[in-house]
Amino acid sequence: MSDDDVWILGIHMTKFGKHLDKDLVDLASESVLGALADGGVSMADIEVIGAGNLLEAPNGIGQQLQHQIGQTGVPVYNVVNACATGATALRVAYLAIKAGEANVGLAFGVEKLSGVGMLGGGAPVEAGSEWQPQGRFGAVVGLEGQTGTGTMPGVFGQIGLDYDHRYGGATFELFARISEKNHAHSTLNPLAAHQKRMSLEQIMGDPMVAYPNTRPMCSANVDGASAAVVVRGEKLRTLSLEQRRRAVKISASVLTSDPWQDSCHVLPDVNTITRLAARMAYENAGVDPSDLDLVELHDCFATAELVHYDNLMLCPEGGAVDFFNSGATWRDGSTPVNVSGGLESKGHPIAATGIANIWEIATHLRGEAGPRQIEGAKVGMTHVFGLVSSCAVHILERASA
Amino acid sequence: MAQQVPIVSYLRLDPAPHLSASECTSCGARYFDRRNACASCFGSDFKHVELPTDGTLRTYTIVTAGGTGIIAPFVSAIVDCGGTSVRGNVVNIEPTSEALRLGMSLTLTTYSLGRDSAGTEAVGYAFEPAT
Repeated sequence: MSDDDVWILGIHMTKFGKHLDKDLVDLASESVLGALADGGVSMADIEVIGAGNLLEAPNGIGQQLQHQIGQTGVPVYNVVNACATGATALRVAYLAIKAGEANVGLAFGVEKLSGVGMLGGGAPVEAGSEWQPQGRFGAVVGLEGQTGTGTMPGVFGQIGLDYDHRYGGATFELFARISEKNHAHSTLNPLAAHQKRMSLEQIMGDPMVAYPNTRPMCSANVDGASAAVVVRGEKLRTLSLEQRRRAVKISASVLTSDPWQDSCHVLPDVNTITRLAARMAYENAGVDPSDLDLVELHDCFATAELVHYDNLMLCPEGGAVDFFNSGATWRDGSTPVNVSGGLESKGHPIAATGIANIWEIATHLRGEAGPRQIEGAKVGMTHVFGLVSSCAVHILERASA
Repeated sequence: MAQQVPIVSYLRLDPAPHLSASECTSCGARYFDRRNACASCFGSDFKHVELPTDGTLRTYTIVTAGGTGIIAPFVSAIVDCGGTSVRGNVVNIEPTSEALRLGMSLTLTTYSLGRDSAGTEAVGYAFEPAT
């Protein structure tokens, strides 16, 4: 192991779901104390903290956590980066280690999202007695529902059918079958918010949110937290055999924003940004898509999962429908995708998602995933994407790989 | 005739309703909002260009749960107007996947949002099937 490689030493996620009796700091503490214990270290060892929370960002969740579990004077970076918030927090700790400022870092993400309604849709316009053009579009009324939609389900509905328009075959039923897969996978994940298998008929018959995504095809708004302790390779060599055996290598850690593409302000281009991150990650890790034993990708909606098969280059360009139809992404397929159940079943507590995905992969690479273990997993990928727009891709490898 | 005001500044009502984009004079990137600079080439000079009122349906969604104050279901679409994508509702069509066809021809239409206390009428835009 090279001196300046960065490794995951400890990692933890809470159960995702409704946590009525726990506040943000309770959930954050549970995940962080879990990650510290998992890594065999304490707050005294942590030299930098990346802290992620979206909805209550101004309150400084990093320091709030320290005030409950350990104030040591180390730098805290409170970060916000849409659905890539947790992954961005992890990258703060990663970069501090790469920069030589720290040997051991902590990152966590936490969100309370139960009962929060649909996200997105843009700002309302103040209603006066006379029409008054406001904002960058000179709008006289709120534009949601007047000039199309900016809500997340609507945007990702359009992204799914845009793929259908370009390549064909991406029908309502196909998207529903992706959701069927993820709900089937979730039955093996005790930390998922929803763990019930759903039939294709149930999924297609459930209330439509924004065509072609029905309710179970949308990520669930739930509470949860996740945390990781990362360590520099040089430091890891001094730790116990058990710590070294369970450590998971971060072979690539990439964060991108959306490069300009024609019409990307009209319909967000989730493809170019993801493809850019994936290409960099494969190159940095020296890994090919065919090397991946499993992938956790950002299925905020069933439609998103399909386009990201393509964007992460798990299939030939334009081939996502055939790729899914081949069975490749089921847990017994050639490239299992979202064996955790994905955001559609596991839930999507926004800032917690980026590290929870890494926890899932790390758990398989350690051979500790129990009944849902992907046997012999050596290399895995995580992907998160948030509007508008941030994308993080990580490639992780088993210590002995 | 009473005054009219468009729902957004990129809807131009005269001489006939049409959509107008800001086009970067260096790279040709097109925008609908007030610009500080070009996100594509970083230039800062823009000109107004008129978009054709005919287009084709690039993609859509049927929003069933619209949220507070939003009349649902409605069809939100991305319409390709001569190579420039525009976001808007599709109206005068059944909001079903059977009625909507990707690639179908659409044309710009306008509708009234009502009058304010000064009698000014706000005018919205949408797309409808081309006849």
